[in-house]
Amino acid sequence: MQQEILDILQKNSRISDEELAVMLGTDAATVRAAIKEMEDKGIITGYKTLIDWEKAQEEVVVAYIEVRVTPQRGQGFDKVAERIYQYPQVTACCLMSGGFDLFVVVEGKTMKEVALFVAEKLATIDSVLSTSTHFVLKKYKENGVIFNRPRKDEREAVVL
Amino acid sequence: MTIKDMIKPNILATPPSGIRKYFDLINEMKDAISLGIGEPDFETPWTIREEGIYSLEKGKTFYSSNAGFIELRQEIARYMARKYNLEYDPSTEILVTVGGSEAIDITLRTFAGPGDEVIVPEPSFVAYKGCTMFCGATPVPLELKAEYEFRIQPEQILSCITEKTRAIILAYPNNPTGAIMEYEDYAKIVEVLRDKDIIVISDELYSELNYKGKHVSIAQFPEMKEKTIVINGFSKAFAMTGWRIGFACGHADAMEQMKKIHQYAIMCSPTTAQFAAIEALRNGEPEVRKMVDEYNRRRRVMVDGFNRIGLKCFEPYGAFYCFPDIRSTGLSSDEFCERLLMEEKVLTVPGNAFGACGEGFVRATYATSLENIREALTRIARFVERVRA
Repeated sequence: MQQEILDILQKNSRISDEELAVMLGTDAATVRAAIKEMEDKGIITGYKTLIDWEKAQEEVVVAYIEVRVTPQRGQGFDKVAERIYQYPQVTACCLMSGGFDLFVVVEGKTMKEVALFVAEKLATIDSVLSTSTHFVLKKYKENGVIFNRPRKDEREAVVL
Repeated sequence: MTIKDMIKPNILATPPSGIRKYFDLINEMKDAISLGIGEPDFETPWTIREEGIYSLEKGKTFYSSNAGFIELRQEIARYMARKYNLEYDPSTEILVTVGGSEAIDITLRTFAGPGDEVIVPEPSFVAYKGCTMFCGATPVPLELKAEYEFRIQPEQILSCITEKTRAIILAYPNNPTGAIMEYEDYAKIVEVLRDKDIIVISDELYSELNYKGKHVSIAQFPEMKEKTIVINGFSKAFAMTGWRIGFACGHADAMEQMKKIHQYAIMCSPTTAQFAAIEALRNGEPEVRKMVDEYNRRRRVMVDGFNRIGLKCFEPYGAFYCFPDIRSTGLSSDEFCERLLMEEKVLTVPGNAFGACGEGFVRATYATSLENIREALTRIARFVERVRA
């Protein structure tokens, strides 16, 4: 049941325990207990809303940044990653295989703001060797959701 | 003589589908919610669509062999073995058709003609009766009962059999009731059918949409396999309704004759759809699982909703339909559906559109979004309260 609850919540975290219970053929108390357990275990780490900020008339600039770093003895990449992900401008940070080490997503209000953040904060960290910044021009799909694609029911009202 | 006088009487005598009645009405309505559409609301999974597109890009636009591409028939054979434990020889025992509908038509045309009788359980998909009548044969309705959860009973079959009976249609998981038949249910009717020279036409289009357990086919009973034509397809399971592709499996001697009709009438199934279908069987399974899980959640919401409203609804374990009993409102099926549409803009289908014994019930499909289902249930609750007041 855990897996099914997660499947549903991932698509719609606003759903009520009662609605979930009906969908899963159980009762609300059981659902509440299962969710609580997953929250306590850190399986569920939070609840967010997917927003197409462009439609909300809010200018948001997103940059994907490749960062090459020197790993530190005894701490590997974790220490430098920690220094990076603490910034509120950083919305994601991962250790990568391949040609660079850390993949960092930075959000800001303007391109200049993001560029300055990278130049002043990221690039100047001791163990950072180089950064390569890619600005997002258009988002087609995020978190499994395709943007700008209104789902219209095109089925014939009645066929047979 | 008018042109109408020149039309064959058995064609004129066949009524058009009763489901179509409200078509024009709902098209003109704003904010109407249709629980009337008998097809998945999901688009065909992309991996399947992409193979169809790819085949066109490569210029694969020619006829296939009459029975369908051998690669597709091989995949169908593997699928039937893997999922339903049924072995069919891809070269002689499988025929790819234009949807399950064509398979139903050519099977009936192969086995039934003037003077013959075909047992058609009701309520059921409207095409069985129509196709039987087009052959000049007589459909003999078998009235399924809500008290048996619309599962067919051996004594019901016995009471329909005459010396003219050529075939019986079985359709589980069922449209419009959502009923299924389990192994023990089939075992009981196999007792009746095993020693009869009656062809079983088993329409299993909804086989993937079983929410209780593993789908059972009557052809799994060894004594029944030879005289059973199993019909299945891609429309419901893989959300491929518009592609028009299905198949029939059965004894080679039957398939050879059915293939002749298919050959002369159709030539071959659309090849773009055939290429897509190969991909569906090879890699479509995970997407099917996702859709089935989603249907199952909606199903529970809808059944729960109808029962709360006080429209008694037995638990439908298959397809994507609920078949609530609306007799407690004091309305007939037609009145209920018409008033619900006019007053609350929710389209359901009267049960009697699927046979006279469907009176007192309506069909509502959960092949629509959860939001639509919830809103429709709110409106139905309001409507029923008003009717009862």
